[in-house]
Amino acid sequence: MRAIGRSALGVLRRHTTAALVVLLLGFVGGIEIAVPGTVTPIWISNIVLFAAPLGILAAGQTLVMLSGGIDLSVASIATASAYLMATHSSLGGVPAVLWGLAAGLVVGLINGVGVAILQVQPLVMTLGTGLMTEGSLIVYSQKILATAPRVPSFIQALGSGKVFGAIPIDLLLWAPIAVVVLIGLRSSGFGRLLYAVGDNREACKLSGVRVWQVLLADYVLCGLLAAAAGLVIVGGTNNADISLAEVYLLPSVAAVIIGGTSIFGGRGGYAGSIVGAVILTVLNSLLTLLDAPEPIRQILYGAIILILATAYTRLTD
Amino acid sequence: MTAAEDIEPKLRVKSRLGGFRRFVQRHPSLVGMPALVIVFLAVTLAIHPEYGSFDAQSLAMGAMPLALAAAAQAVVLISGGIDLSVGSMIAVSNVLAASTMENATFGQSLVLAAAILVAGALQGAVNGLIVVFSRVPDVVVTLTTGFIWGGVALLILEKPGGGAPEEFLSLGAGTLFSPWLSGALVLVAAAVAIIWIPVRTSRLGLLLYAVGSDRAAAFRSGVNVELTRFLAYVLGGLFSAVGGIGLTMTTGIGSPLAGIYYTLSGLAAAVLGGVSLAGGRGGIVGPVLAAYVLTLIPTDLIFLNIDPNFGQVIQGTLIVLVVMGGGLVTLLQGRRRESASGLNNS
Amino acid sequence: MTSMGILLAATGVAKRFESVIALKAASLEVRAGEVHALMGANGAGKSTLVKVLTGVFPADGGEIVIEGQVRRFRSPAEARQAGIVSVYQDPALVPDLTVAQNLRLARVGVEAVRELLVDLGIAGLDFSIFVRDLPYPVLRLIDLSRALASNPTVLLIDEITAALPADLSERIFLILRRWRDRGRSVIFISHRMAEVSTLCDRATILRDGTTVGVTETARGSEERIVNLMLGYEVAHAIAGSKAIAERRLGGDVPALEVRRLRCGHLLKDVSFALRAGEVLGIAALDGQGQEELFDCVAGVRDRDGGEIVVRGRTQRFRHPADALRAGLVLVPANRQQAILPQRSIRENVALPAYRDLRHWGPINMRAERQRVERAIRRLQVDTRAESALQRLSGGNQQKVIIARWLASEFRTLLCYDPTRGIDIGTKRQIYTLVRELAAGGAAVLLFTSELTEIALACDRVIVLFAGRIVHEMPAADADEATLLRASHGLVAQSEGAA
Repeated sequence: MRAIGRSALGVLRRHTTAALVVLLLGFVGGIEIAVPGTVTPIWISNIVLFAAPLGILAAGQTLVMLSGGIDLSVASIATASAYLMATHSSLGGVPAVLWGLAAGLVVGLINGVGVAILQVQPLVMTLGTGLMTEGSLIVYSQKILATAPRVPSFIQALGSGKVFGAIPIDLLLWAPIAVVVLIGLRSSGFGRLLYAVGDNREACKLSGVRVWQVLLADYVLCGLLAAAAGLVIVGGTNNADISLAEVYLLPSVAAVIIGGTSIFGGRGGYAGSIVGAVILTVLNSLLTLLDAPEPIRQILYGAIILILATAYTRLTD
Repeated sequence: MTAAEDIEPKLRVKSRLGGFRRFVQRHPSLVGMPALVIVFLAVTLAIHPEYGSFDAQSLAMGAMPLALAAAAQAVVLISGGIDLSVGSMIAVSNVLAASTMENATFGQSLVLAAAILVAGALQGAVNGLIVVFSRVPDVVVTLTTGFIWGGVALLILEKPGGGAPEEFLSLGAGTLFSPWLSGALVLVAAAVAIIWIPVRTSRLGLLLYAVGSDRAAAFRSGVNVELTRFLAYVLGGLFSAVGGIGLTMTTGIGSPLAGIYYTLSGLAAAVLGGVSLAGGRGGIVGPVLAAYVLTLIPTDLIFLNIDPNFGQVIQGTLIVLVVMGGGLVTLLQGRRRESASGLNNS
Repeated sequence: MTSMGILLAATGVAKRFESVIALKAASLEVRAGEVHALMGANGAGKSTLVKVLTGVFPADGGEIVIEGQVRRFRSPAEARQAGIVSVYQDPALVPDLTVAQNLRLARVGVEAVRELLVDLGIAGLDFSIFVRDLPYPVLRLIDLSRALASNPTVLLIDEITAALPADLSERIFLILRRWRDRGRSVIFISHRMAEVSTLCDRATILRDGTTVGVTETARGSEERIVNLMLGYEVAHAIAGSKAIAERRLGGDVPALEVRRLRCGHLLKDVSFALRAGEVLGIAALDGQGQEELFDCVAGVRDRDGGEIVVRGRTQRFRHPADALRAGLVLVPANRQQAILPQRSIRENVALPAYRDLRHWGPINMRAERQRVERAIRRLQVDTRAESALQRLSGGNQQKVIIARWLASEFRTLLCYDPTRGIDIGTKRQIYTLVRELAAGGAAVLLFTSELTEIALACDRVIVLFAGRIVHEMPAADADEATLLRASHGLVAQSEGAA
């Protein structure tokens, strides 16, 4: 009996992503049972629509966690990107988007310099840059405002539109990103280096790897992905607000952890984070459906994430 | 000459470090931080010579919750952990106090305060239990419990409100002995003295630093690592509860969302105050003083007639510059970590 | 005189980790007043048995009896209370606390430790120094003294003499013998046969998780012990495998030349030349500059003075990548530095291939697989175990690190104590491989703290003392006595000198 249990556990350990998908289906099934008729193709496409920005944020967070770090500035970057884009929308679509991405590039660079070259701990560094970015936005919104922020229509389409009424347009952004990240992590030299740096930095150095290059690129990529996510988020809400992306910070970390990436680095991947992001979105939808008051929803959300993370940690230890 | 004899002179040289230099080496934050505070106060006085007792009071009141958040974070950091729920725990204590004390007498409010302290310790205990037994990394655990405590705070008080008896409020908002000695300042000093000093000088203090410095070595030395880590979180919860009660005293109301800010800025103050994120190094005094420095910044901005909106940018930039500067210094000192023999690494 | 009282008796101990069976039926019996050796190849289960005995984790099966009582420890603290104390290779001392605080932590008296340290030759130690500021050998002695001062019933010592100078080892043995004469017992783990036969009374040998023999350890029992460990007849003693192939030493230009190299406090002035096809051994006591030498040549550190010349061209190494480009690769002593514990063997072996920016792109999977498999096969890496490197035995991990360089290209191999803490079987494989690589044209610089093994692998030996070269000799002349004398700075005069 124990042998069967042990081998089942072994299978689960080796195929954690599959286990997560099973869990996801369980949640979805639970929703259908709780409120029959909820799970429709429209509902599914809405889930994907809402999961995309989180998924894109989680991609950056995954890259950073694999190398043993964390990025607490992603929410601020996303907001800054949205804001910069919106206030430069009069310049036209592409320049506006470039302004938004520039936010990710600049903050990502600062993070990268701090973490990679000056060897500051990622938690503290991104904490500081997050506060700095948010603060800069406050100043910017008060003082330097050139034009009133306006969300261009194509961004709105990106954030809330659907093709053929069923496929969310933001999926058309998320899917290619996901493919690149998944393939990159598995079959590129840079991907291998991310895992290696997260696993044992010294060993990398002794093997001739210039670790600072890897980490710098890592945080810049994360910044860019966060900026992209910001554009999707603002497209969904159609209102560039200072606290736009704040609510995405915890879920971006949670999605990656639930998905199986170790916060210490060296282990995990993006596939799990994708499923994690979808699970969190479904969870959110479930809680909304239950029509519980905000405090209860918050408590339940946190509690369930905790349970999932515990189960995952127990499983892989 | 044997190798043993070879080693001895090296040992004696090290111990010849003068008394003061050794003190500095051992307690860097006790020297650095007070110096920074003095510098900032001097700058403030230079900008605004009419700095009066009223300003001192506002400073003390404004900085109090941050100082206690920094203290809470410092204890947990020293033990090798981290607590990203400090702000939410402060929020819970804050709304608990404001909602229960609204129509209470002074005496009742004191009893309630004591009960809230216990509740805070219990919150910390929950954090500690989950961190130790779930084996999920503390970053993730406290990030989520922070969310949960935030929801609890909202449950107790949906919107800012509540109140407390006058005498209770005057404990924090009033002064003691002299118009310069704000009640808020005394409260922080008392909390540190009553909670931290007994811990620091007892075996628990030794255990906290040991576990934070090298968990494996502590374990093999026979230390109950889990109990120690658990107690660190309990202390964190306790300090947070003091912070929340203090917030009630200085603002007069309970606000469920006000505490959130204190998590990250408390962490920043702790790091600025010399506590190592890796654990095992630093004290409580540094972070507390750093909190006052951080609070002084927006005040100085007002005196300089600079838009206080710049406050957060400057705080954030200050943190970034300080940690990057620290990294730069370490880099230039060329601290060697790797070596072919692998003998001198951690 | 040893009493016949049995202090510790472990029988049929079993332990498994997921799919790996670390112990099948290990047994160990330690009498009062004896020094008992625990021996076995890496992967035989020694360290697992030790961890079970000291309470780090519980056994799955079997029984442990301490002084007549059946015990089941749930933590090292419990084991300590029952009188079982262990001293491992890395000292269990907290770096950010002082020595005195560390002693208080373990509830051990300061005076007792001070006395023991005097016996070990460290008289003037200031106990208020932070542990992180003390040199490594001192920490190990403090660790040992702390363990002894807690008055254990059974003291468990794991490779205490690894990376310790010979005279310090002697003092330790003295103390251990005194301990034994007082009726206490020591479980002594070591790979050094010579130590085992001089110090220990009996030895238990583990192989594949089972106890295969218990034997007296008088001089001459070495063969028997080695046979038990390896499980087959060793045709000739380890020192016998001296099949030095005929080899053309490569060309006029040395593969590596070091001129008046100076680095840090300890490396003062070293010059030598290493040719392709040659294995040059370095012998030295602890802290004579060999660490700095290897760090400089491997690019881990920048030199302070002198020159490094590779195949005739002067080099400046500021990063291991520079050394790699010049064809110099390092196998460090501490495996933990070089392995990627959670990654597979394949990723570990392929790592250096992606160090340059131009290789950050797509990987040619097939080419990689061929390269990796070739290297693994050559080294006979045991791939049965879990693919994450941390699950492999120490010896296999070391082989993977060497395989990493086989799969890349290199001209000069730098081995810093490559066989430290590795079982005899794997040691021989590594030395044989080193000779093969040299025969194939590589140049090898080898430092080992095992003086008896230098002659095995090297053609020539230079002795380092106080940061300079004090002696040079062909391997044939490098017997232990000569090396020991030279390592202490006593250069042998002509024959018959003291």
